[in-house]
Amino acid sequence: MSDWDALSRAAARQLASRVLALSKAEGCQVNISASANGNTRYARNEVTTAGDTDNAAVTVTSRFGKRTASVGTNLLDDAGLSRAVETSERLARLAPENPELMPLLPAQVHPEVPAFSNATADLDAARRAEAVRAVTGAASRAGLVAAGLVHRVAGANAVANSAGLFGYHASTTAVHTVTVRSPDGTGSGWAGTAHNDWARATPAAQLATRAVRKAHATRGAAALEPGRYTVVLEPTAVGNLLGLLAFSLIARAADEGRSFFSKRGGGGDRGGGGVGGNKIGEKIVDERVTLVSDPQDPDLLTAPFTGEGLPVARTVWIENGVLKRLAYDRFWAEKQGVAPTPFGGGFRLQGTGSAATLDELIQTVDRGLLVTRFWYIRPVDQRTLLYTGITRDGVFLIERGEVSRAVRNFRFNESPVAMLNHLVAIGRPERVSSSESGDVGGQAVVVPPLVVRDFNFTSVSEAV
Amino acid sequence: MTMDRREFLQTGAALAVATRLPVRLPQADASVKDLCMRALNAAKSAGASYADIRVGRSRNQSVSTREQQIINLSDNETFGFGVRVLVQGAWGFAASRDLTALEVDRVARLAVSQAKANRRALAQPVTLAPTPPVKDGRWRSPIEIDPFDITIEEKVTLLLRANAEALKVAGARFVNSSLSFVRDQRTFASTDDIFTVQDVYRCLPQLTVTAVDSARGGGGFETRNSAEAAPMGLGWEWVLKADLPGNAPRWAEEAVKKLTAKSVEPGRYDLILEPHHLFLTIHESIAHPTELDRALGLEANYAGTSFAAPPAQVLGKLRYGPAFMNIQGDRSQPGSLSACGWDDDGVAPEIYLIIKDGMMVDYQTTRDQVAWLTPLTGRTRSHGCSYAESWADVQFQRMPNVSLLPGERDLTLDDLIAATDNGIYIIGRGSYSIDQQRYNFQFGGQAFYEVKGGKITGMLKDVAYQARTPDFWNAMDMIGGRASYQMNGTFSDGKGQPGQSNAVSHGCPPARFKGINVLNTGRDRV
Repeated sequence: MSDWDALSRAAARQLASRVLALSKAEGCQVNISASANGNTRYARNEVTTAGDTDNAAVTVTSRFGKRTASVGTNLLDDAGLSRAVETSERLARLAPENPELMPLLPAQVHPEVPAFSNATADLDAARRAEAVRAVTGAASRAGLVAAGLVHRVAGANAVANSAGLFGYHASTTAVHTVTVRSPDGTGSGWAGTAHNDWARATPAAQLATRAVRKAHATRGAAALEPGRYTVVLEPTAVGNLLGLLAFSLIARAADEGRSFFSKRGGGGDRGGGGVGGNKIGEKIVDERVTLVSDPQDPDLLTAPFTGEGLPVARTVWIENGVLKRLAYDRFWAEKQGVAPTPFGGGFRLQGTGSAATLDELIQTVDRGLLVTRFWYIRPVDQRTLLYTGITRDGVFLIERGEVSRAVRNFRFNESPVAMLNHLVAIGRPERVSSSESGDVGGQAVVVPPLVVRDFNFTSVSEAV
Repeated sequence: MTMDRREFLQTGAALAVATRLPVRLPQADASVKDLCMRALNAAKSAGASYADIRVGRSRNQSVSTREQQIINLSDNETFGFGVRVLVQGAWGFAASRDLTALEVDRVARLAVSQAKANRRALAQPVTLAPTPPVKDGRWRSPIEIDPFDITIEEKVTLLLRANAEALKVAGARFVNSSLSFVRDQRTFASTDDIFTVQDVYRCLPQLTVTAVDSARGGGGFETRNSAEAAPMGLGWEWVLKADLPGNAPRWAEEAVKKLTAKSVEPGRYDLILEPHHLFLTIHESIAHPTELDRALGLEANYAGTSFAAPPAQVLGKLRYGPAFMNIQGDRSQPGSLSACGWDDDGVAPEIYLIIKDGMMVDYQTTRDQVAWLTPLTGRTRSHGCSYAESWADVQFQRMPNVSLLPGERDLTLDDLIAATDNGIYIIGRGSYSIDQQRYNFQFGGQAFYEVKGGKITGMLKDVAYQARTPDFWNAMDMIGGRASYQMNGTFSDGKGQPGQSNAVSHGCPPARFKGINVLNTGRDRV
């Protein structure tokens, strides 16, 4: 691994110092990212493509008073850095003043987050191919066809500025997502895993077993009438919907009257001062629900600072159903007289007394649907956080506490807020791969399986 | 924090990075060509039967504003190269940002070792369709004014002027606007005697107005975006033509009007879809399902498969729509987002029909896919649909411009409206969701108008239509003529794992669809 191209703390500090030494601006911020990105794709029970890419880049943000501009480059020799610094200074001088520009942060204390795993960094092409063979072999023996992705990123991010701030964070993330289908296209099953540490991710053979079982079980699925159903949502399905709620937790949009979190009857923001208010302090979902971000959570392990170096701390967004916090950027926080609250630290959704396994939850349902995951979820109405999307790779009818048969996929029109208000039961949380693309992109998310009543399926999809 | 073994190694690598000599090579420079040839030779020496290299330099500038202030001004550049190889029919790919002789050798060998690792998990070796040599191909987007030559002041002034025009409309409370510009230079060389240098430009002007309903209190709001200002493969001249300041009042007025518009009554309506809306319906329900890699199952784990499969049961047999429906694939319409001289396989793209007289007759292909179709179509060459987002990504099949050709009769949008008794006229792209085989979709828009007795009778809101792709296209009964044909597109279409973004245009006339299911998406109504 001697050719690994990410940056150490010392090297990042040295690189940042080189940039800051070149700066002639009144203020300068440097963001550095370096990564080794390795992936192996497979389909039709064989490897299709694979790639290993090393990259490193610097973004220089120069400022003169309230004027600022950013220039990014991956040409990190002296000439490349000089050009980036000079261009950012030239653009910043030309830019109009940004009245919302906040001063550079002085030195900060960032929590240490042990997000780097050697097992993940060492996941090279040969080891990835081993994981692939574990899945394609199992699918092939079962008379099925597998497609999937083994993806790992190892790297480091750093931020520094001319006011003395420096932050550094090294991390790894690995994802393995698997879709197994019947050769005639009548059955499809999915399984996935994501973690900073490949050694803590679900082993390939287990993923294969799960996906193979579902691919078999979904064959011959019959259509059920669309309508409102009690659903058991597997953790991945919950993760698919949770991000929609989590990333809407923005104070400014709420205060401006253009968010689900705007105070009803608050009048909206009439003068730019955010007088409309928001729902902080209101009960918005079932009282068993708590939503937390925490970069140091051993199953989340995310960067402990924002792009400008603001520390990311543990944040309780929703506690026992009550909205406790919204995200405030530094400008809006100062305007409203509150402490800034950045996004970061992933999301953990937990419930009181949440220890039940998925199977135990299924046993509590007299009639309902078990949903593996959701896909192609897009906003329909931001006033109500209404989204539409599709179920995929396994929907099953539950009768008298047991999975009885597969059913066709559905389109839903539903709000994650409604989901968390119609809660019947909460299970044991786990880290899931919940990004739509099934790669390492997206937030770290730890979520439980849920039982939810009255989930709104609006039409049947023939897609398998 | 103590330094462990790995961090120590990282430090060494990073210091090496920091002291490397500068690389300042224009894309067409002879020394770049020499390094390309060196990479190909290194790959062949290491055991590759085929190799290609892409050297890429991409610059992306973006200016964003809200109301009367700037939010962001950024200018990013990335440079590097990627080497792709075939070893005994298995692909390997590696990429690096350091275009130096030693690094070129290392990356070429790494790609070969990738391919060797992959060979063990390979069932069917890849074969490449033949393609003619290109000795020294050159292509440049047909821009008139280089957007990177326009000053930042001019860009910001245009946006703030557009914002001011929008905010003059009573009830318009917020406005966001932005300009994004891409210059993507690609040098490609392959062991099949191909060498090309291309210089591609793209631009995206955008504006969104938000009207807040003071009477109803916080949470009552509507938006309207600049759907008609298409992203294009053109320069600054297109930004001027898109005229954000001139159009902003109309978009603002529609946002305000939506606050009090009638909420649609769910049911079946005849839909009149204008080109800035219909392009995305084409994108989702025709362009994606006719990708051959989806039809073959290669994208099953993310993008999905296709209802238009398997090819043997589809080509010449699947009636996609009415006899007047013709769908063209191309990468040559002037100003279109996927236009180029050669694709990332080094193939000059063709203009061809995917759907002819309503029947599906072809798919989108790359060199490594052609052999799948040859027994069915007799075709032995690629349509030229290979694309990688950047030097850091491996190329694969991406859609060309996929367009609905205009009808033979010279009908206009007004003719379609005049011929409609009980319909909804939909403007601009809204919410889009479709399943993984491209059957079941639900699409919204930016503005909706009720059509009664051949006339627009008022504005509607909370409209989305939901349909099954083959039913929907077979319900198309009128399309506009040549003069009504317009192009729009998407600046970032996602596909592949890890996800890659592609920019693509779709041209079409307005079209009418009979008896489509319309939902009300307003609160408490779905």
